[in-house]
Amino acid sequence: MQNIDQILADHPFMKGLDAFHIAQLAEMASTATFSASQYIFRSGDFADRCYLLRQGHVAVEIFDARRGPIIVETIGEPNVIGWSWLVEPYNWCFDARAVELTRAVVLDAAQLRNACENDHRFGFEILKRFTQVFAQRLHAARFQLLDVYGANG
Amino acid sequence: MIAVATDPMVPQPFRIHKTKPENADTFTFELAPVNGAKRSAFQPGQFNMLYVYGVGEVAISISGDPANPNTLVHTTRAVGTVTKRMKKLKGGAVLGVRGPFGTYWPLKEAEGNDILIVTGGIGLAPLRPALYYVLANRTQYGRVVLLYGARTPGDILYRRELESWRGKLDLEVHVTVDRATGTWRGNVGVVTSLINRAPFDPENTVALVCGPEVMMQFTMQELEKKGVPADHVFLSMERNMKCALGFCGHCQWGPKFVCRDGPVFRYDLVEDLLTRRGI
Repeated sequence: MQNIDQILADHPFMKGLDAFHIAQLAEMASTATFSASQYIFRSGDFADRCYLLRQGHVAVEIFDARRGPIIVETIGEPNVIGWSWLVEPYNWCFDARAVELTRAVVLDAAQLRNACENDHRFGFEILKRFTQVFAQRLHAARFQLLDVYGANG
Repeated sequence: MIAVATDPMVPQPFRIHKTKPENADTFTFELAPVNGAKRSAFQPGQFNMLYVYGVGEVAISISGDPANPNTLVHTTRAVGTVTKRMKKLKGGAVLGVRGPFGTYWPLKEAEGNDILIVTGGIGLAPLRPALYYVLANRTQYGRVVLLYGARTPGDILYRRELESWRGKLDLEVHVTVDRATGTWRGNVGVVTSLINRAPFDPENTVALVCGPEVMMQFTMQELEKKGVPADHVFLSMERNMKCALGFCGHCQWGPKFVCRDGPVFRYDLVEDLLTRRGI
């Protein structure tokens, strides 16, 4: 069985981080398993964790009172879910639901923010990685908005 | 009479013997020659000109099995005057057919490589013959991956066939939709998001891409990031084709005629055209 240091070091999102910072992350990390249909977090709740997916798929949803849950995007391993822990006031903006059995490494958000504040070099490294995620998802969201398969596609 | 029969400008009568709705606005029909004559073979990626008598003619990709050229299969979306009328035709109706025309997917040349198919919407139709061919000659290829994007789960084309292909151990199929409700258990997101997790060897992959132009542009960016050489990438273009022989110029795309030089193009030869505005 892999220890959490090794799991973090092997995760593509953390690729290239030095051993010191991996060890630092390991101190604030735990593992979690979510069964199919289980909610990982819900919109409006306090965003106190960050999730690195190791297995499975997660649906990012918005709940509409008339239509029910609308899936905005599905995210599979080895991606990250959730960045609201990084943006004040640290509340989740969407629901996240496991589509199938899902395993993740969970990082404590308060400790991660503190580590970033205390070591700006580390903080910038983490921010660069999350900025990649923001950029990819913004790009994908704009592409989705184009509705390329619709009548005007 | 023989000269008329072989004149590529003269439509030959074909009878619809089977129609099938695929989704709300897309349908498939099978055609057989009225006179029972044998059809010439077509290559995956080629198209026919289909003539609804008294209404007009449109270019439609062939979506059937190249091993069975005597039954012409076309999948069409009802979006214009001709295709909307076509959708109303029942079994027994007669259409005019010219073709096959155009360039085709380089499946023979791709042997020995992984095959990555990236497609969206009705773009799956011109790639279905390629899939039939690859599956019939499966030992000639490495990994074969199909990435398909649709608007919603209800818009997925050839759903049963996709499910059957997904069940095969030697073909990897990933489907995603742009929007879905909570009952959908598959992927939601753009088709390009599937490229990152698809298993293929970039340097030894031939990529076949067909879909709306914006989708193809984004796909090219992702394939480039993954390291697939531009001369290993092929795309199928769509323009307003009329004569299908490169005479009339309706389908001109920069210095190319899509009907004659395409519809299948090698990406490195048209890269600048794909992103050039106004052509």
